[in-house]
Amino acid sequence: MSINYEDKISEVVKAVPPSAIRKFFDLASEMKEVISLSIGEPDFVTPWSIREAGINSLIDGYTHYSPNAGYQKSKKAITDYISRRYGVDYDPNGDVLITVGGSEGLDLAARALINPGDEVIIVEPCFVAYKAAVMFAHGVPVVISTRREDDFKLRPEDLEAAITDKTKMLIMGFPSNPTGAVMTMEELKGIRDVLMRHPEIIVISDELYCELNYIDDTPSSLIKFPELQDRVIMINGFSKSYAMTGFRIGYAVGPKELIAPMTKIHQYCIMSAPSMSQFAVVEAALNGDDQIRMMRDEYNHRRRVILNGFKEAGLDCFTPYGAFYAFPSIQGLGVTSEQFCERFLMEKGVAIVPGNAFGECGEGYVRISYAASMKDIKTAMERLAEFTDTLRKENS
Amino acid sequence: MVDHIELLHIIEKNARLTPDEIAVMLGADAAEVKAEIDRLTEKKIILGYTTQINWEKTYPDHVTAMIEVRVTPVRNQGFDHLSEILSQYDKVTACYLMSGGFDLMLIYEDDNLKDIASFVYNKVAPLEGVLSTATHFILKKYKDNGIRFDHEKNDDRQAIVL
Repeated sequence: MSINYEDKISEVVKAVPPSAIRKFFDLASEMKEVISLSIGEPDFVTPWSIREAGINSLIDGYTHYSPNAGYQKSKKAITDYISRRYGVDYDPNGDVLITVGGSEGLDLAARALINPGDEVIIVEPCFVAYKAAVMFAHGVPVVISTRREDDFKLRPEDLEAAITDKTKMLIMGFPSNPTGAVMTMEELKGIRDVLMRHPEIIVISDELYCELNYIDDTPSSLIKFPELQDRVIMINGFSKSYAMTGFRIGYAVGPKELIAPMTKIHQYCIMSAPSMSQFAVVEAALNGDDQIRMMRDEYNHRRRVILNGFKEAGLDCFTPYGAFYAFPSIQGLGVTSEQFCERFLMEKGVAIVPGNAFGECGEGYVRISYAASMKDIKTAMERLAEFTDTLRKENS
Repeated sequence: MVDHIELLHIIEKNARLTPDEIAVMLGADAAEVKAEIDRLTEKKIILGYTTQINWEKTYPDHVTAMIEVRVTPVRNQGFDHLSEILSQYDKVTACYLMSGGFDLMLIYEDDNLKDIASFVYNKVAPLEGVLSTATHFILKKYKDNGIRFDHEKNDDRQAIVL
């Protein structure tokens, strides 16, 4: 008798839909000679001094488990970095947990805090893992759709309207993947005011792109409001700002009482983040400022080139001030986001991501990453103008 | 308003960009960028535009030498007099005043070793004020002016990363 595997799989896992645009991904992966503006990771190789620190740790024989929450000097380097860049002090003993990338921190926070049936507010369009993490933890995602007319920022009134007596948590990520939206401290004040009226809500603030902010040299964050520090968990890491995706290293900081249950899960599931990467992090956090500034300047130049490309292609796009993404509208061209991307790939050899991969409200938009060489970006923008011309002619 | 430091960093890396292209990268006006480049050229902050060439691929015998020169400084002129003379030679591509065990460092490029030897003993060593020379030949260039030679890394990232 054959096993019915479908019966064996957890209902919760089955309930999380596989990516709706899997077919498109497979297509893009198989094609050769494609210009890819669809990659959510830096094109830079990790700065040498950071790689060297990892290599030296291997030479010195640091090949064992670290303490569960991380090496003391790595945690201290992280809290020193936060103090320097955010002006907020955390205790390396208890307030910080070093994780395997930012994604693990997100998953730990969801599993440590959510009870079955708890509602979790998610601000879309957003990184694809938010909703899945909530569902895996038996929570109920409640989606707030942000809009082009608000530059894809979270409006206080939308947050207020989404809150019910079952709301446990808010997950938000700014600077945003996929839109590139940034929320300034002034704009975050409105969010703080709503949260002050609901003191029971915990906030997970995903700030992986905090250093890729092109209007403000210092990161804006809810952790900077002292009145919120007892219930904001910042998920952060080194993947995006320091071009360290392959190191799989991130961290969560927040009140000890919330970090402790996350550490408990981490202890049983992961044990500890890679030791080599923790040594690399010390170098990155303490001596990496010049390197990230160099990369940020380069992204900023590309960002302007890409926005100019949209203008020439006649595509509407709000000005993104963060991350390395732009989120132009393709509405009025007679195609869906997926059709646009599939045809752009097949007809012009450029891969970009349909906006609906990041939530239903992303329909009518596409995510374009500028973590690519200037040469590729310029060629892709020329092809984009040709392609939109073709679509307009078809519609006329 | 054009940030001239940012502008200089951009054209230091790629001198072939047009003012229009630079203007887009800086979020500035092309006419302003052009005016700023003119101003920086006028002030001799921008001194010229060159091309990085791997001559070894064209002339296998191409040689680059680094020549250390110890000199006696001239009263009221210090090292300027000799460095002025040595800089006159077209094949001297760089001339620096150094700290440490010698005074002037010359970078000299030519198509054969003999010519370099001849330059050192016929032109440099006999000059009044030159005390001694030491010549080092570059065996292989790995990186020059920030550009790595024969280094190409393929983009091995996944085609789509959300």
